[in-house]
Amino acid sequence: MRAATLPDGSRTDLLIDAGIIAELGSGLSRAGATVIDADGLQALPGLVDLHTHLREPGFEQSETVLSGSRAAAAGGFTAVHAMANTSPVADTAGVVEQVASLGDQHGYVTVRPIGAVSMGLAGERLSEIGAMAQSRAAVRVFSDDGKCVSDALLMRRALEYVTTFGGVVAQHAQEPRLTEGAQLNEGTLSSELGLAGWPAVAEEAIIARDVLLAQHVGARLHVCHLSTAGSVEVVRWAKARGIQVTAEVTPHHLLLDEQLAVGYDARFKVNPPLRREEDVLALRAALAEGVIDIVATDHAPHPVEAKECAWQEAAFGMVGLESALSVVQAAVVDTGQLGWGDIARVLSSKPAEIGRLAGYDAPFTVGAPAHLTLIDPAARRSFGVEHLHGKSVNSPYLGRELPGRVVATVHRGVATVLDGELRPQEEVAAHVAN
Amino acid sequence: MTQLRHLLSVRDLDRETAVSILDLAEDMADVATRAVPKLPTLRGRTVANLFFEDSTRTRLSFEAAAKRLGADVITVSARGSSVSKGESLKDTTQTMAAMGVDAVVLRHSASGAARVLADSGWIDAAVINAGDGTHEHPTQGLLDAYTMRKARHGERARGASLEGLRVTIVGDILHSRVARSNVWLLQTLGATVHLVGPETLLPQGVEGWPVTSGTDLDAALDEKPDVVMMLRVQSERMLAAYFPNEREYARQWGLDEVRLARLAPDTMVMHPGPMNRGLEISSAAADSARSLVLDQVTNGVSIRMAVLYLVLSGSGSSATTGAGLGA
Repeated sequence: MRAATLPDGSRTDLLIDAGIIAELGSGLSRAGATVIDADGLQALPGLVDLHTHLREPGFEQSETVLSGSRAAAAGGFTAVHAMANTSPVADTAGVVEQVASLGDQHGYVTVRPIGAVSMGLAGERLSEIGAMAQSRAAVRVFSDDGKCVSDALLMRRALEYVTTFGGVVAQHAQEPRLTEGAQLNEGTLSSELGLAGWPAVAEEAIIARDVLLAQHVGARLHVCHLSTAGSVEVVRWAKARGIQVTAEVTPHHLLLDEQLAVGYDARFKVNPPLRREEDVLALRAALAEGVIDIVATDHAPHPVEAKECAWQEAAFGMVGLESALSVVQAAVVDTGQLGWGDIARVLSSKPAEIGRLAGYDAPFTVGAPAHLTLIDPAARRSFGVEHLHGKSVNSPYLGRELPGRVVATVHRGVATVLDGELRPQEEVAAHVAN
Repeated sequence: MTQLRHLLSVRDLDRETAVSILDLAEDMADVATRAVPKLPTLRGRTVANLFFEDSTRTRLSFEAAAKRLGADVITVSARGSSVSKGESLKDTTQTMAAMGVDAVVLRHSASGAARVLADSGWIDAAVINAGDGTHEHPTQGLLDAYTMRKARHGERARGASLEGLRVTIVGDILHSRVARSNVWLLQTLGATVHLVGPETLLPQGVEGWPVTSGTDLDAALDEKPDVVMMLRVQSERMLAAYFPNEREYARQWGLDEVRLARLAPDTMVMHPGPMNRGLEISSAAADSARSLVLDQVTNGVSIRMAVLYLVLSGSGSSATTGAGLGA
C-alpha cells in the first residue's frame, strides 16, 4: 500500500504479509505483492462496530451473517458485534458459537456475538452468561438490546455477574412504561403528528439508575445508542464521579433530527427515535469532548414490507453499516469537530477495548494485525441502493448526498474491498481457509 | 375555481381555499333542499370508502355525499372484510386501484395513513383523509367551521371567515384528531382557540401551538367564549391513568347543567359525536337550544359533497359543473 495518509497525518507505505503489518516506511516493495495506490487517501484502522443486528439465526429474510458481513466490509468495518435478538435468542453457548463460526467461515469481518442478559430477552432470569463467556465465541458484551433490562434487581445482578469474565452490560435504556406504544420523540412535533411520544426522560431515567447501580457494584456499564442532550449530562456526571461507564451514539442520531418524520416516511422510524436538532448538536459536542466514547451503527435491517406501511405499523430501525463512515464524516469531521485520529478512536480502538476485542490497540505498528480501511474523504456520492450490500434497503440516506467513500478494506491481511468493490465471496473465504 | 388533488390535512388549506370550500358547501346544502336532492355532477365516477377503523357516522356521511353527487360508491369496512384479516393498506388500495376508483376516502387507526397512501404511488386516485389515528379529521374540522360560520352569519355566511370568533375546545385534546383539525383550521380562518382539559390530556408541546390552553373549565367559561366544543372521552383513558374516574372527570370538565346555565344565550355548544351523555356533556346541554350537534351532522354531508366535488372535478372526464354551483 503506497503513500497512505495515517490517522496522525503522516504518510507512509505499508507492507502487509501473513495477516500482519510487516513493514512501514517509504519505498517498500515485495515481489509478487498486490500494490494499492493510496496516494491522497486516508488510512484508518479497521472499523469495529459494537452494535450490529445480523438477524441470523431466525430472520434470514432481513439479513444473514454473510450478507451483514459484506455490508460491514463495504462500510470499512473489520469487526462487528452481533446483537442477541435473533431467533432463537443468543442466550446459550450454542447460538453464539454458531454465529461466530459463520463469521469466521465467511471471513469478511470478525463477528463477535453479544450474549443476551436474560433468557429469551424476557427480562426475568439471567441467560447462560458464564457458558457464553467461556465458549469458543468468548462473549464479553451482554445486552438485551431491543428491550431494556428494566428490572433493577436483574440489572444489578447482571452487572455484578459479568465482572467475573471482564464483561460489560450494554443497556438499551428505555423505561418501558413511559414508552408504551411510543412512536416519535415526545414534543411539539409528535403532538402535531398525532404520534405517541417517546420522552427523553424514559432514556435518561434508566441511564441515571444504571450508572448508580454500576457504581454500587463496581461494574462496567455501556450505554447503547444514547440519543438526548439530557443523557449526555447524566453520563458526564457519572464519569466525573469515576463510574465505569461508556456510551455510544449512532451515526443517524449525529446527523438526522425528528423533523424528517413530518411526511410519515417510515424509513425515519428508529428506536430510540430521532430527536430535536439541539439534541443532535449536543451529541456531536459530547462525542468531540469524549463524554460519548464511540460511534456504533445499530444496523437494523428490515424487509421492505416492514416499512411500506403507516408509521405506527412500521418496524423500528435503519441499516447503517455501509453509510456509517460517510455519515460520521458529514456530521463531525466536515464540521471540524473531530479529526481522523479521533475517528480511529471512536470507530475502532475504543469499541474494541469496550468489547475486549484484541488486535486493535496499536494500529499501524509493525507486527499488528492488518485490519485497516482506506477511504477517499474528498469523494461525494448520491447515496443509493447500489451502495447497500446487505439484504435490506431500509436506509434513511437514499437519495442524499454524502461525503467520503471506502476504497479498500483489509481484514486480517485479506482484502475484502478493493477499488471500492467487495471482493467475491469465494475469494475471501479461500483466503480464510488458508 | 379551487381544485384539490387530495385532502390530507387542513394545514394544506390557506384561508382563501378554506373559505371557498365552505362556500361550495353552502351551494351543496341548497341542493339538499330541492325536490330531488341530487346533483349528478360526479356521475360515472367511483368513490371508495375504505374504513380500516369502524365509524358508522363518518362512513354514512361520505356515502350520502357521494350518492347525492351521482357517484358510484364502494364501501370496504373493517368488520367482515379482508381488512380485518390483516390485509395491508398497500394490498387493499392496490386492489381498489385495479378496480378503477377515482377517489379513496380513508379512515385508518394509524396517524399519517392518508399521507402515506397519497405519497405511495400504489393508487392514482384522490385521497380524502376521513380520520387518521390521533392526527387529523379534516372534513370534521371543515364541517365544524361551516357550522360556526352558519350560526354566526346565517344567510350572509358566503365569503365570510371566522375572524374574531372565540372557540373553547374541552376534553381529551391529546388523543383527538378533531381537536387538531379544528385548531389549525380555526386559526387559518381567523378564530382564536382555547384548549381546556386535564394536564394529562393536553399534548406535550402544546405551548408551541397557535392556541392558549388551561385546565380550568370554569375559568374558561368566565371568558364567555362564542363556541364551546366538548370532545368525547374514551373510558379506556382511565386505565392509562390519565384521570382517576368518570365522576371526577365529569365534575371538573363536563358541561353539566350548572355550567350550561352560565353560558350566554347565543353560545354555540358543539360535539363531534358520539356523545357520552352524563360524562363530558349533560343531556340538558346536548339537547339545549344552544346545541348545534345535529347541525354538525347535517352540515357534514354538505362539506363532504364539496370536498368530493373539488378533488374529482377537473381530474377526469365526466365532471360537469351543475346549476347553482357558482363558487
